[in-house]
Amino acid sequence: MTLDKAKIARQFIQTIPHSSALGMQVTALGDGMAEISMPYDERFIGDPKTGVIHGGAVSALMDTCGGAAVMSHPDAPAGTATIDLRIDYMRAATPGQAITARAEVYHITRSVAFVRATAFDDDTAHPVATATGAFTVEGR
Amino acid sequence: MARKAPDPVQIVKQRRDAALNALVGGVPYISFMGIGFDRRGDELTGVLSYDDKLIGNPILPAIHGGVTAAFLEVTAVISLSWAYIWEDFESGALDVEALAAGNLPRLPKTIDFTVDYLRSGLPRDAYARATITRAGRRYASVQATAWQDNKDRPFAQATAHFLMPRPDHSSD
Repeated sequence: MTLDKAKIARQFIQTIPHSSALGMQVTALGDGMAEISMPYDERFIGDPKTGVIHGGAVSALMDTCGGAAVMSHPDAPAGTATIDLRIDYMRAATPGQAITARAEVYHITRSVAFVRATAFDDDTAHPVATATGAFTVEGR
Repeated sequence: MARKAPDPVQIVKQRRDAALNALVGGVPYISFMGIGFDRRGDELTGVLSYDDKLIGNPILPAIHGGVTAAFLEVTAVISLSWAYIWEDFESGALDVEALAAGNLPRLPKTIDFTVDYLRSGLPRDAYARATITRAGRRYASVQATAWQDNKDRPFAQATAHFLMPRPDHSSD
């Protein structure tokens, strides 16, 4: 992916209303790979007793990151939509820490992109969640 | 044998609504998303009130896939927790006033969550209901469906597995 395309894609993702409402920042993007970070925010707490972020916010992060990876793939000319997404929750994210998701397109056809994603907090040895999804390849 | 007279209707409604409010109102993320619940007896319907911040594709426009997933997950967790505490607050074993004061029972933990996106989510309110397909002591399976204009044309469906909280005797 050219620098210009990467820059445009990055701006596009950060202007998605819901992604920006969750404070998502694209930290790496290109050639079917995306890395997006979401800061800790008390408004996203799912369990008030522990302060752990709600799984729904992690789902939104995984979905955005998967979609971004597809859009950055050289064989995906335009937009994408999620067909399905499965998320496995390994452990609770540590309160106070940002969550970073990394997604890669591991196979792409003319119409479908297959994506894997992993989310971490500061402890990069133990994933918070992993995801697999199928996304549409649009625009050809 | 004399049966205990049933509680007056307003007492029953007040108790159930207070329990539901305690369960839903205590979670910041549910308020952030603008999700509420309609109750008919023990049946719950999640209501996602439309807001511009829920958009994922501004060109179509369509609701963000993550919003749809989160809405289904919230509906599944709340419906499961609701079913889990129902007997206890109906019988009085669980004190609704303590619930309302924030002394909530532990919530089920999501093990995994799978969403099927059937149609794009339109920029308007959405509704969801969950069915508990298995309620075990340790694990539960829940299915949830979301629709907008027409209940027979759902825009997303989910299957989720949960780890149930261990019954705690102390209030930690």
